[in-house]
Amino acid sequence: MNATIGRLLLTRLVAAILTLWFVATVVFVITNLLPGDVAQELLGQSATPEAVAGLRKALGLDLPPWQRYLEWLWNMVRGDAGRSLVNGSPVAGLIGSRLGNSLLLAGITALVAVPLALALGITAAVHRGSVYDRIVGAGTVLAVSVPEFLVASAAVLVFAVQLRWVPALSQLGRLDSVLDVIRTFALPVLTLTFVIVAQMARMTRAALVDVLSSSYIEMARLKGAGQARIVVWHALPNAIGPIANAIAFSLSFLLGGVIIVETIFNYPGIAKLMVDGVSTRDLPLVQACAMLFCGAYLLLVTMADVAAILANPRLRHR
Amino acid sequence: MSSTTLPVARRPLALLFSIGRLVMPAIVLFWLAMAFFGHWVAPYDPAGIQDADLFEGISRKFWLGTDYFGRDMLSRILAGARYTVGISLMATSLAVTAGVLLGLAASAIGGFFDTAVSRFLDALISIPSKMFGLVLVAAFGASIPVLVLTLAVIYLPGCYRINRSVAVNVAALDFVAVARARGESTFYIMIREILPNMVGPVLADFGLRFIYVVLLLSSLSFLGLGVQPPEADWGSLVRENMPGLPYGAPAVIMPAIAIASLTIAVNLTIDSAFGRHAREGVR
Amino acid sequence: MEPLIDIRDLRIRAHTAEGGDIEIVKGVSFSVRRGEVMGLIGESGSGKTTIALATMGYARYGCRIAGGTIRIGETMVTGLDEKGLQRLRGRKVAYIAQSAAASFNPSRPIMAQVIESALIHGLMDEAEACEKAVGLFRAMAIPHPETIGNRYPHQVSGGQLQRLMAAMALITDPDVVIFDEPTTALDVTTQIEVLKAFKEAIRDRNTTGIYVTHDLAVIAQIADSITVLRHGEVQEIAATPDLLARPAHEYSRKLLAAAEPALRASPVTGEASAPLLRVSGMSAGYGLVDRDGMPAVPVLRDIELTIGKGRALGVIGESGCGKSTLARVIAGLTPASRGTVTLDGVDLAPGIAGRSREQLREIQLVFQMADTALNPKVPIDEIIGRPLTFFFGMKGAERERRVRELLDLTHLPASVGDRLPGDLSGGQKQRVNFARALAAQPKLLLCDEVTSALDTVVAAAILDLMAELRRELGLTTMFISHDLKTIRAICDDIMVLYSGRVVETMPAAALESGRHHPYATLLLGSVPALRTDWLETTPAASLQVQGGPPALTSGGCAFFPRCLLAEPGLCDTSVPPLRAYPGGIEAACFRLAAE
Repeated sequence: MNATIGRLLLTRLVAAILTLWFVATVVFVITNLLPGDVAQELLGQSATPEAVAGLRKALGLDLPPWQRYLEWLWNMVRGDAGRSLVNGSPVAGLIGSRLGNSLLLAGITALVAVPLALALGITAAVHRGSVYDRIVGAGTVLAVSVPEFLVASAAVLVFAVQLRWVPALSQLGRLDSVLDVIRTFALPVLTLTFVIVAQMARMTRAALVDVLSSSYIEMARLKGAGQARIVVWHALPNAIGPIANAIAFSLSFLLGGVIIVETIFNYPGIAKLMVDGVSTRDLPLVQACAMLFCGAYLLLVTMADVAAILANPRLRHR
Repeated sequence: MSSTTLPVARRPLALLFSIGRLVMPAIVLFWLAMAFFGHWVAPYDPAGIQDADLFEGISRKFWLGTDYFGRDMLSRILAGARYTVGISLMATSLAVTAGVLLGLAASAIGGFFDTAVSRFLDALISIPSKMFGLVLVAAFGASIPVLVLTLAVIYLPGCYRINRSVAVNVAALDFVAVARARGESTFYIMIREILPNMVGPVLADFGLRFIYVVLLLSSLSFLGLGVQPPEADWGSLVRENMPGLPYGAPAVIMPAIAIASLTIAVNLTIDSAFGRHAREGVR
Repeated sequence: MEPLIDIRDLRIRAHTAEGGDIEIVKGVSFSVRRGEVMGLIGESGSGKTTIALATMGYARYGCRIAGGTIRIGETMVTGLDEKGLQRLRGRKVAYIAQSAAASFNPSRPIMAQVIESALIHGLMDEAEACEKAVGLFRAMAIPHPETIGNRYPHQVSGGQLQRLMAAMALITDPDVVIFDEPTTALDVTTQIEVLKAFKEAIRDRNTTGIYVTHDLAVIAQIADSITVLRHGEVQEIAATPDLLARPAHEYSRKLLAAAEPALRASPVTGEASAPLLRVSGMSAGYGLVDRDGMPAVPVLRDIELTIGKGRALGVIGESGCGKSTLARVIAGLTPASRGTVTLDGVDLAPGIAGRSREQLREIQLVFQMADTALNPKVPIDEIIGRPLTFFFGMKGAERERRVRELLDLTHLPASVGDRLPGDLSGGQKQRVNFARALAAQPKLLLCDEVTSALDTVVAAAILDLMAELRRELGLTTMFISHDLKTIRAICDDIMVLYSGRVVETMPAAALESGRHHPYATLLLGSVPALRTDWLETTPAASLQVQGGPPALTSGGCAFFPRCLLAEPGLCDTSVPPLRAYPGGIEAACFRLAAE
């Protein structure tokens, strides 16, 4: 660790926080540009003007926009996301009860997908131009072109309807045995893995192909180094930055994929919560979920940046 | 890996790839045509309830089966092309046009303008696309003009980033310096010197952007937050027929396959036209 | 005696981008006896590097050895499998690449890479290998031999890396060493140190080698015999002294003539003639400009120069000295932060925006890389025609006629007019580059390294064209180059830049005589001459402090860290001013003044 690295890391951290603030502002502005009156809409056309005015006051809608913005921002920082417009319970509580489920799903998917994608990407790069490489290449193009719900419904059709190996819908709560866990998570994880592995494998391959075509790899070959040594000792240390970027970028696809997958399998996570929130126009809930997802995205990207900085020999050894 | 062996795989696989090179653009053209003529070509009235069971399977009469109302699936898919392809094409055109113009301007003008636009749009990229779509739909509802604008806004930052970097690379070349030294206007440099050298990357990016837009639009519709009934794009068709999934009804899978056929065909067409590297590094 | 390396009818094929398959090495045969060095010389596309790599059984991605045999000692290289090739490479045959900076793995310390082949082939243990490496570092005159191995490649200068790579090749005492343009990426003053180290190592070890280069003067120092290649075919094989004295093949004669460019007759004679361009007190660079007009990252400082009407000024200096920036400042592309640029008595605004169209017309720039200087999407007649329309409002038939005249002037066939730059050869593109500049009818032509990217024979033709243009049009030119031979051939006056400052100006005729700035002396002595004993006889090898320049604190002579004459307390504290000496020389050196 030296001063330059410290300064770079600090810059990244500050940039991430500023971006999060920017994103929060965008989310607030968009959700407050709403045409029409939220209070009116909630109470319906038959409500008396007094009732609407009362609700406006209760929701703080009578305050000037910048004051509402500052208050909202401060509450977000404190972790108070307000109350649901639909059922009046605190948004933080709603999210809290579901967050663990979503993290569990994402975590299991990452555990399966990352090693698989790295293995595919690295082997394809090493055997660049071979039949294997072309098959992996074609397969990943197909996988990134397909909508998540096609994968999900095809999986249900095959494994739940035809083969009856697993239930079509996920039901949490009965995780007594390993078999239960597999039965519950198999289809959601399979779908999500399918979606992100392709992207990650492609990017990993591209990063490694780039490194493998550099002069120092040719030099290593001409020193008599074998394939394993070239990949592990010479190439991979120089591909850490781009590969970390590939992983982070692909895992961020998980954030999108989870929205579809939780809906289709009726999985009780926060993405499902948010989609329901959008349908009912429950804006405090949508705002909070959006901030949570954007925060997760920024966290991933920043971690990849940090990994790339720490892996760069020009920065590490000044 | 032997460094002296042939890098190219031969025989059956290669044959398969070269067939794909012809078929894929044909599929793209077919769906483009259906976007305009789908309603007329459809064998039945897409909205008309036919004399059939619900969720019927594939038959002579109904090539792709029937839906949850007993309507002809093939007709509904052909008619749905108008929404899926049409909305996506409009949104992509908007995003790419704006992205190219802003990217060109940023590279040719540089300085504060470049910094300001780049910072703003780069920050927007950190909102995941589906999330952005949900927030916009939550705020503005899901009419078709709103959907087109929403999709364009979501993909504008990525499009700008790509086009700016292409334009900046071109602008750094000596022939641009020669034009500047001659005293040419910024507009001339943008349009006559830089733009002609961006055509390949811009077209490749257009194709990729189009795929993303199709997938996002379908996802929103699938969630019930995109195209609203009675109008139906392919995503909505999947959604409304989900109850047929336990029966293995083709009505669920067929619209999804239509989407996949379009995106895969566009993807492979880009591959053969611009090379595999065209896609790498695109956000 | 049986030769150690024997190559018979070698054929190498490559895939083209369009999916075709072409032969790039077409039946090459030659042999090298033990203890001798064979030079492979040729221009780009001659197949010289491909052949050199093939001796290790290696072909780059997309290429393959399609026929013929390669034998090294008892080993038939062309019959080896992958395992056999691995045993050969780095053990019996070692490789020294063109760019050391790219050939060292940035993530590993230098020592681990230098001893890698010894460990791979199980020749010694790590401690022995390190000890041997340090010995090699000493033999190569690398500074800090004990500790340099602990550093990472980016922490070491290019000249040192090149010698470290030689140590890496020699660690296993290979039978054969392949040198692949190992000094091409270096400045001449660095090249000479590296060449000396190579030559000593080859002599001490009785190394058998293949030395690939495009530079006849360099190979003359190292090789015992030379194979001349063109388009993948052997033109001539001869002992080095014979080839230099009596080249048999037509193409060898051309190469030889281009390597020692003849002086082109200058249309102007002697001194005088009113100044056309005057630059005074000029500084320029990047970043914020302070109150005194100095930018945060200065590239040029306090530049003074004058070019008389009709004369040609050559600007020489090594990479990074600021010579290209000088052309950009005069053209207005990089505005000067301080000082003035005066053309024909009129002060020019620093930036393009402040100059009139007429002023912009009068100064034209010709760039180094014709590839990037011509818009690949615009046909040639439009490229040349645009300045005609822009500056003179020419249209239609009038413009067409003028374009044809300009093509003719630059010896291009009229048929290239409707083609795109991509369809033209490198030399043709550079001619279009000139035609476009001439279309504006400039008073001053700025040429930035216009021959550097071209093969020597093509470059020679461009120099002829320039001499002709000067003669016929009376153009005033500034010719920027890193190559003293080229500058000497075409210029009336020479200016030497070092680290952003003018260290000397002189009439070209004074180059070989008179007293010069120590850097100019070093530069002059570092340019290889076309004779086999140049490296032994030139004094330049002992004219600089070994070990490369440490960073200079502010305020002294920039050459101080490398200067053998430098006087601490004087040269490192204040900047020497330009002072006149006999023979029209002006030099900025305290020590020269004190003598």
